[in-house]
Amino acid sequence: MTALLRPALAVVGLFTLLLGFAVPLAFTGVAGVVFPGQAGGSLLERDGRVVGSALLGQHFASERYFHPRPSATAPAPYNAAASAASQLGPTSAALLDAVTERVAAAGGGPVPVDAATASGSGLDPHISPENAAHQVPRIAAARGLPEARVAELVVRQTEGRQFGLLGEPRVNVLRLNLALDALR
Amino acid sequence: MTAIGWAQIALILGLVVATAVPLGRYTAAVAAGHVTFLAPVERLFYAAGGVDPARGMGWKAYTLAMLASNAVGFLLLYAILRLQGVLPLNPEGVGGQSAWLAFNTAVSFVTNTNWQAYSGESGLSYLSQMTGLTVQNFISASTGIALALALSRAFAAGAVKDLGNYWADLVRITLYLLLPLALLLGLLLVAGGVPQSLSPYIQATTLEGGTQTIPLGPAAFQVAIKQLGTNGGGFFGVNSAYPFENPTPWTNLLQCWAILAIPFALALTFGHIVRDIRQGWALFAVMMGFVVAGVAIVYAAEAGGNPLHIAAGVDPATGNMEGKEVRFGVALSALWAVATTGASNGSVNAMHDSFTPLGGLVPMLMIQLGEVLPGGVGSGLYGMLVFVLLAVFVAGLMVGRTPEYLGKKVGAKEVKLAMLAVLILPAFILGFSAVAAVLPVATASVQDAGPHGLSELLYAYTSGAGNNGSAFGGLTADTPWFNTTIGLAMLFGRYGVIVPVMAIARAIAAKPKLAASSGTFPTHTPLFIGLLAGVILILGGLQFMPALALGPVAEHLVLATGKTF
Repeated sequence: MTALLRPALAVVGLFTLLLGFAVPLAFTGVAGVVFPGQAGGSLLERDGRVVGSALLGQHFASERYFHPRPSATAPAPYNAAASAASQLGPTSAALLDAVTERVAAAGGGPVPVDAATASGSGLDPHISPENAAHQVPRIAAARGLPEARVAELVVRQTEGRQFGLLGEPRVNVLRLNLALDALR
Repeated sequence: MTAIGWAQIALILGLVVATAVPLGRYTAAVAAGHVTFLAPVERLFYAAGGVDPARGMGWKAYTLAMLASNAVGFLLLYAILRLQGVLPLNPEGVGGQSAWLAFNTAVSFVTNTNWQAYSGESGLSYLSQMTGLTVQNFISASTGIALALALSRAFAAGAVKDLGNYWADLVRITLYLLLPLALLLGLLLVAGGVPQSLSPYIQATTLEGGTQTIPLGPAAFQVAIKQLGTNGGGFFGVNSAYPFENPTPWTNLLQCWAILAIPFALALTFGHIVRDIRQGWALFAVMMGFVVAGVAIVYAAEAGGNPLHIAAGVDPATGNMEGKEVRFGVALSALWAVATTGASNGSVNAMHDSFTPLGGLVPMLMIQLGEVLPGGVGSGLYGMLVFVLLAVFVAGLMVGRTPEYLGKKVGAKEVKLAMLAVLILPAFILGFSAVAAVLPVATASVQDAGPHGLSELLYAYTSGAGNNGSAFGGLTADTPWFNTTIGLAMLFGRYGVIVPVMAIARAIAAKPKLAASSGTFPTHTPLFIGLLAGVILILGGLQFMPALALGPVAEHLVLATGKTF
């Protein structure tokens, strides 16, 4: 029995010291020095205050801002401390009701699909360029800005596919709304 | 489906093929003890454990050593999870897990499953993540690879008892294969935006004046090994859909590659160990064929969108986006779903529960086919070799000749053991699902009504017994019933397969290695590749067809009629 237990205890114990403490702590130190912004959560600041993370979506309800995708987190949308999806299946009546309601709220179809469906994380920082374009008239009216000016801002904030190939074209809602506030 | 979507899929799978060649050769060198750049650290392990790494072990000693190391790992992790509330590195003051949940979580990470009935950002301290889970992410992966090496050696030489030294295999795989890759991938992930920090959570004031709690943690290093070791347990609740865990299409490429890289490379490692690389490529081809076919079905289904939502006024252009992230879209979500279920990884970048019925069927079937396409690290290879024995047996029956594989005659005993290993999965998946479907204590956890509700139950036990870890997340799994039964499914799905596999290794190793003759059935040709694929599909898949017909297939037909539940 000891012939079996001694190596098991020793190997698991040493791995715990090495892979559970020494390596991750050293790795955390190196990461914090080499990539301090990313390692610390890619925070965005305005006037010296943290307004969010460039990677996390946040809730916008005001007519003056672009709205992110629907979020299924509880108790409030875009709760980054409790990420969640709706997990509703394709034949769910609750999902169909929610989609129908969102289509109506967006002024009728065809509505970009990302505006009518909840994301996987409940924290999706992006919307599609079509979704952003769909919202331009509302924001222009609420802010008293020419539509062309808001539409141009959307185009400037649109990220293409990474390296021209990977992922989908998208607009970061928090960055877009920060840029919107900065418009004079 | 779009050309650029397929181009992304082809790029990632192409990378997997390209890296499998050097990785497969390197792993064979590690297994042979030829890689020694951390020799002083390695010797420290042997000295502390009183182990002679050069001394070979028979199947019993090897299996017992494996079980002992896993048992110690389980107890340590269970203790950390129960006591996390009073242990250090807990800036958010998270309390200890309940006994049921800690049992489920500890089993889950020791068996390389990473089923998660908790949410990382709210349910675990930094210590539990960094020290408890990360260590098991490494050890459970090396355990699987070590066992696959032992079985491979049984085919390599004639009439031997020695399958290698478990402790040497475990330490070498961890130090020379997993650790360097995890450090490299982890650093790339931090550069791409994945946090790595021990600071407390941050309170942000949103533009509309609300507050948002931004969780942090030592995530990047753990995410790296979770993918490389086909563990799949998310640092954050929604796994690699959480923007911190997988911020960009580039980090998505890295992680999707990491899910597949080692399991595919191990097929070639097998070829090196048996000194016939063509055998490795044959297994590789079967694995890749299923992955490509699976991706094509899921991509087509998801790109088609949900007909009910399209009728309700949703633009059909981009497909079904419920539960998906804009930055990944439908193509990268489809690829990931098949990769993570084929490879027994279980991490997700989109919610399988909200896929279209056929898009959700394929991930479930990829697990049910035995987690060999390419399967978990190591477990995929030894599972595939079990199917190989059955395939040569079927071929032998057809021509009336004693079956053999790589010069080893395959007898009744090996075939019985192989069938035992294959039957574990349907027994536990279908058995538990059937019981759960009629027990109120279980059905109370189901979120969706109709056929989809059955799919949620079926997926849970499929994921547990297959040691996958992904979920149809609508199921409320943190209950004593599910924590216990899925915990048992994970245990039997892992060790119930390993013990017959190691008994096969003993029986095969003891046989003399015969020279190939003109009557030998070659096992590297397209004919054999097709036969093996057929055996996997029929022997692995057929028994699940009735259950799948009542779940996703029924839902697919119902969806076309416009009915909702």
